[in-house]
Amino acid sequence: MTASWAAFLVVMRRDLTVAYRRRSEAVLPVLFFVLVVTLLPLGIGPEPRLLATLAPGAIWVAALLATLLSLDGIFKPDFEDGTLEQLMLAAQPLALLVSAKVTAHWLITGLPLTISAPILALLMGLPADALDTLLLCLLLGTPVLSLIGAIGVALTVGLRRGGMLVSLLVLPLYVPVLIFGAGAVDAAAMGSPVAAQVSILAALLALAATLAPLAAAGALRVSLS
Amino acid sequence: MTEFLAMGGYAAYVWGAYGFTTLVLVWTAVAASSRHRAELRRLNRSLRA
Amino acid sequence: MWQWFHRLGSPPAFYRLSETLLPWLWAVFALALGYGLYGGLVLAPTDYQQGDSFRIIYVHVPAAWMSLFVYVLMAVCGAIALVWRMKMAEVVLIAAAPIGAAYTLIALVTGSLWGKPMWGTWWVWDARLTSELILLFLYLGIIGLHGAIEDRAVAGRAVAVLALVGVVNVPIIHYSVEWWSTLHQGATVTKFDKPSIHIDMLIPLLAMALAFKLYFFSVLLVRVRAELLTRESGSRWVKSMLGSA
Repeated sequence: MTASWAAFLVVMRRDLTVAYRRRSEAVLPVLFFVLVVTLLPLGIGPEPRLLATLAPGAIWVAALLATLLSLDGIFKPDFEDGTLEQLMLAAQPLALLVSAKVTAHWLITGLPLTISAPILALLMGLPADALDTLLLCLLLGTPVLSLIGAIGVALTVGLRRGGMLVSLLVLPLYVPVLIFGAGAVDAAAMGSPVAAQVSILAALLALAATLAPLAAAGALRVSLS
Repeated sequence: MTEFLAMGGYAAYVWGAYGFTTLVLVWTAVAASSRHRAELRRLNRSLRA
Repeated sequence: MWQWFHRLGSPPAFYRLSETLLPWLWAVFALALGYGLYGGLVLAPTDYQQGDSFRIIYVHVPAAWMSLFVYVLMAVCGAIALVWRMKMAEVVLIAAAPIGAAYTLIALVTGSLWGKPMWGTWWVWDARLTSELILLFLYLGIIGLHGAIEDRAVAGRAVAVLALVGVVNVPIIHYSVEWWSTLHQGATVTKFDKPSIHIDMLIPLLAMALAFKLYFFSVLLVRVRAELLTRESGSRWVKSMLGSA
């Protein structure tokens, strides 16, 4: 076991342990997700065909918003208790440690969102054919949301009230994931092929996984300089 | 001349677009210039003090 | 050549150089603007499909071009600021942002005014306008982030990072919005993208594009001068420059 991989696991395990100790907080993003999707029929009306048409976009937008709300937890607590500075002084590359934290964040937020998607598909009347596409796309897309989101919170970690600003920074960057993720589910619901959209999502994930930790590490160094 | 101003019936749109553009560009330039002058005034005051 | 580049990195040198450049920039701007407006509003023949409303192109397209140009320029400044640690690049970046945002807003509003007589609604979710709207948010993000960070040096570096992250995303966003647009609009051809353009109509457009570019550099220099005074207020060169005035 190399030192880098060991460090990665230590950091990831720590974040997961901390989240486990506050399990009730960890469940909030999923609750928010379900809440938002519940609000839609109340606002738009319960017409099943309308809801089914809106389902792909609605589920994705709700997932984006739920992720956005959870981003603060990636760096803020560590910033406040000094752990972040310790991580930045470590021998291992900061980008590696950042990717460990982002992985933990995805396991705590993105993965539960993906798993709870079938409930939401049911609530919105999404055709059953589209369900496995929805799961696959969320599986590919939510890590990208965590990765890009990490850059946003890294840039604002020193600010006292950076919350709304993070939304402004991060939501425009989420647009491609939303377009291809919702587009794929929409196509699947109509019986059309989804290979193109899924490939693009996979490409976005590959790009984000390699570049985002570097950008977030750079942003942390700037914020804490 | 009236034909020119009428813009083939699209006067509101064309002159609205040009007017908005002029407004924004003039405002941007004026804001930049007045900021510069305000900085000069501020610095002169603190240097005299 | 590198010597000139490094000299530009010195705030007092830049301040002095901008002073001599500004009158010339404004003068050529006025010429290009005059020629462009006359060519576009008077000389260019009326479009047989859109009538005189097509003349909005002479402000809409140059503004859209500039909105992209300025963002790329900001990203280049961001790279220079982070790699060569050049403060001057940070200053140019943040000075450029509001001007780029202004151009983006102009592109959006003039695009809307152009679209209304064509399609009957004030807003159309066509690829170009939607991309411009997202670009506006990217600009506002840079301006917002810079304003939120108290330490100007930290703020300058933070927006440099953000501009670089943004510029990588701009082509991705643009491509995804175009894909989305063709998917949902089907056969509708957007009139904004590639108007078949006659040479008489093209030359005033290029003149207006030049005018908008010169305006940008002029206002940029004014904003950089103000920003330098703010950032360097304690420095010797500022004190001696104002003392001798």
